[in-house]
This record gives sequence, structure tokens and C-alpha cells, in this order.
Amino acid sequence: MSTDTVDKGKRRFLVASTSVVGAVGAGFVAVPFLSSWMPSERAKNAGAPIEADISRLEEGRMLTVEWQSKPVWVVRRSEKTLADLETNNASLKDPASDNIDQQPEYAKSQQRSRKPEILVLVGICTHLGCSPTFRPDIAPADLGEDWLGGFFCPCHSSKFDMAGRVFQGVPAPTNLVVPPHYYVTDNTILIGEDGEAA
Amino acid sequence: MGNKLLGWVDDRFPLMKMWNEHLAEYYTPKNFNFWYFFGSLALLVLVIQIVSGIFLTMHYKPDGELAFASVEYIMRDVPYGWLIRYIHSTGATAFFIVVYLHMFRGLMYGSYKKPRELIWLFGMFIYLALMAEAFMGYLLPWGQMSYWGAQVIISLFSAIPVIGDDLTLWIRGDFVISDATLNRFFALHVIALPFVIVFLVVAHILALHEVGSNNPDGVEIKKNKDSNGIPLDGIPFHPYYTVKDIVGVVVFLFFFSVVMFYFPDGGGYFLEHANFIASDPLKTPEHIAPVWYFTPFYAILRAVPDKLMGVGAMGAAIVVLFFLPWIDRCKVKSIRYRSGIYKINLVVFAVTFVVLGWLAMQPVTDTITNLSRLFTFLYFAFFGVLFVTSKNENTKPVPDRVTS
Repeated sequence: MSTDTVDKGKRRFLVASTSVVGAVGAGFVAVPFLSSWMPSERAKNAGAPIEADISRLEEGRMLTVEWQSKPVWVVRRSEKTLADLETNNASLKDPASDNIDQQPEYAKSQQRSRKPEILVLVGICTHLGCSPTFRPDIAPADLGEDWLGGFFCPCHSSKFDMAGRVFQGVPAPTNLVVPPHYYVTDNTILIGEDGEAA
Repeated sequence: MGNKLLGWVDDRFPLMKMWNEHLAEYYTPKNFNFWYFFGSLALLVLVIQIVSGIFLTMHYKPDGELAFASVEYIMRDVPYGWLIRYIHSTGATAFFIVVYLHMFRGLMYGSYKKPRELIWLFGMFIYLALMAEAFMGYLLPWGQMSYWGAQVIISLFSAIPVIGDDLTLWIRGDFVISDATLNRFFALHVIALPFVIVFLVVAHILALHEVGSNNPDGVEIKKNKDSNGIPLDGIPFHPYYTVKDIVGVVVFLFFFSVVMFYFPDGGGYFLEHANFIASDPLKTPEHIAPVWYFTPFYAILRAVPDKLMGVGAMGAAIVVLFFLPWIDRCKVKSIRYRSGIYKINLVVFAVTFVVLGWLAMQPVTDTITNLSRLFTFLYFAFFGVLFVTSKNENTKPVPDRVTS
């Protein structure tokens, strides 16, 4: 076969078109494999709401419950702690909770809670997911004289105040998350649902 | 009889051809020194890891409920299970020590320079795959450090704008690190990544044998050949360097055994103490630090007080290494004939790397953070200074042939 009778343009077209079709096919084959990495139906169903009993939670103390395998904190704050929140405002990134992804509508306030004294937070740092330490002590040596109590992440030293609001100059970008929750009774919180009032 | 069999095979498979190409007639510069042990040692550690790893999978259970206990079972009940596990964990540390020294050799003698850019790139991809391999392997014991270390590293991806959160969800396969994450990391650790690493190692060596080895003088031995086309400064890899490397192996295994038998946890640096506690999704250990071989990059992450910028700086610290062959514009390869500026720059870089590693293991204080920032700056300064000064560097004359 002599080469001058070969239509190279046709060959290039055939090579290009079969390559494109092949690539599209490979793309379709990739979909089920990549999708298999998404949370399974079982994992999606595991996030049932959880009840927290706060009847024996004393002022200034914290309770941890597990919701969707994450720690959820419930803190009963004192009058003084609530008053101190105002003092922090100037040194916070988002004092008024303007980032709407971080809390339900009813927690968009300075104290970020439904009942003023009861704080409910997902205990996972918004930086890289460690669980911060509860540090209610005022002005400890390691956190400085201005510390009015809050949460300190030991991994990368992000700081949050007693409403889970993030301070400036730390790596965490946003306030801690307030999960959806409501009061079933005065002393029982259901974490994971907004309730009818919302 | 032996020759007949060999002939039979050679008619059907290029056995002698490969033996000659890569060993008996692969001509290697005659002036290799101490720093040239680490390539073959890395290969040895790879074999150690694959063999010990295969035996560990025979007893390990990649299940969120069973994993931690199965590792304890290996340590206590499986005959010699403790030894096989310590071989594997010591091997991980040894791998990175050997690879870091191997890379430093490349920096000293300009082994990444033309025509060896691809060797460097393959090597960098091996390093990247090795980091992924080590990270995923560290999740498997399912202790506190496994769990929270993985939580932090996977959360790094959440810093990526727009797709970050969905990407981390996809990697974890659950809303938190869970059985799904453990199971897929096991699959990647024992099958997928080892394949990738072995493939890259083959590419690394094929590329090396195509262009030939560099040497401490940075002289191309192929420029001076005898009448048979054999480099005048070259000696066959086998038996000369195979024998030399065996000496290296013996010395290396001596140190390896000392660690394995007497300090298997390396004082908390090779196997962290918090990892002897089963994982608890509700409680982060008070002090969390990665295993030593990741610490320099972790220090860079911690130095930046912004999530996206911090993750970006850490990524950049690794990515910039890929571009080394083009950042360094000096024609002279070996440090022996390069300027004082380069020598100082390289020493500062090596010290910086070690200091960053140390800083990341310290609990955070203002002093540590400030020092981390200073040394993060110095880390990147190495590449800046190199790019600027290497174009018209005041070098010494390079000899025609290798020296002693």
C-alpha cells in the first residue's frame, strides 16, 4: 500500500473522535467508583437527634453528649459570664454571628443560645476539627490576662469565648457551630432538631 | 546445564540483557561517597515494608470496632507479632530518614539538574505518595493520635474554597472519621499506594539508568569514553557498588535493629504515647503533634494565623520542591564548585528544616509561634535566594574528569 493514497485527515479525524468517545466512556465508568466514597445510606441515617438532661448541670459547668459521633457541649453560664461577653466584642471576628452557616436563626445573638444561660455547641474546632478544651478560668497564665473564660483548641491554639465566638488572630475562620436544638421540657434539650418554635 | 537453561530463558525473555543494562554493564561514576548509600537503602526499606506489611494484614482487622484490639492482639498473642509490627513501624521512620538524606544528597550535588529533572520529579512523586502512605498507615492502629491526626489532616482540605466541605465529606465517607474512613484508608494503604510507589520507583530507576548517575563532582562521566564506548571514570555497578551497598545495608540494619529492639517507640516520636489509648471521638489529646517526619510542614501550618493561608503555605512548602530544577539556574552541579552563598544557603535550609520539625513538637506558646514564623520565612527564603543568586553565581572551575 503506498502512502500517497492515504487520506491522513480522515485518519486524524477517526483517531480524535474515537479518543473523545473513549474518554467520555472512561468518565462515565469513573462515576460509580467515585460515588462509592460518599457517605452510605447507613451513615446518613445514623444522625438521629439526641436528648440531653440538664437538670443536674451546675452553673459554670459543662456537659458533653454525643450527636452524629461528634461531641456536643452544654454549658450553664453565670450572669457574670453573660455580661462579660460584651467585653469581648471588639476582639472577635464575628461578634454578631453574621455568618448564618454557624448557627440556626434563633441563636444569632450575642449569647448565641435559646435560653440565655444555656449554651449548646458542637465541640469541633472550625479550623481543623480538633475538639477544643473548656477553659472557664479567668485570666490563667497560659491564656493571658484578658481571658474571660471560653474554649481553647490545643491543636493550633484557636480561641473562642463563652458563646463559642472566635477571636481575631487565630487560625479558626468562624465561630463554633450551634447545632439545631430545642427544649422538650425545661430541663431536657433535644439536639438535632429545631422544634416547632423554629 | 546452567548455561543451557540461561540460554533457553534468554531466547524467550531478556534476562541477561536486563542484568547487563542495569547491573553488570551499568557504568557508574567511580567516586561515589557516603551519601550514595541512601538510594539503595530506600529500596531495601521498601522491601522490608512490603514484606512486614503483608504479614501484618494477616492478623489486622480494618474495622472501627475491632482495629485497636487487633493491633493489641498482634502485639501480645500472635507469635512474633510484636516483632513484625515493630519492623513495620521502625521501617516507616527509617524510610523517611533515608529519603530525607537521599534528597539532601541531591541538593548538595545538583542531582536534579539537567538532564536529571525527571528523576527528581519521579522522586518527588514518590515522596508525596510515601507521605500519603505513611499518613493512612498511621490511622490503622485506631488510637487517639491516629484518629485526631487524621481528623486534622483531612480537615486541611476543608480550607479549599467552595468545594472544601464536600471534599472532606467525600474523603471521610461519613460526617466524622469513622469505620468507613478506616476501611478505605486500609485499602489505599495496602493495595493502591504500594502499587503507585513501586511503579514510580521503577520509573525513577529507569530514568536514572537512561541518563546515568551524577556524582559528588557533578561531572558527566559520559563525556570521556574509551575506545569501547565505556566511560573512563565509570565502573560497573555490579560487582563494585553492589558490594559497597551491602556494607551500607549491614551498617543500616545494625541501627535499624537497635531502634527496633530497644527503642521501638522512639521515645514517643516514632509511635506516639497517646496512640496506645483507643480512639475517642469526643476528646482530643491535650497535646497533638504529627509523627516526626511530617513536623516541618506542620510547623509551617501552625505558624500562619489563617486557615486558608496556613494550608496554602504548607502545600506550597512541598510543591516548591518540585520546581527545584528550574529555580536553581546555576550550571554547575556540585556544591564543591559552587559559591559560598549557595553553601551558606543550603546549610541554613537544612538547619531550618530540622528546627521547624522540632518547633512543631512543642506546645504552642507565643515564643514558639514567633520562632515558627521566622523559620517558615527562612524555609521559603532558601528558594528565593537560590533563584536570584544562581543565575550569575561565582563558581569555581569544574574539572574535566572526576577527582579521586
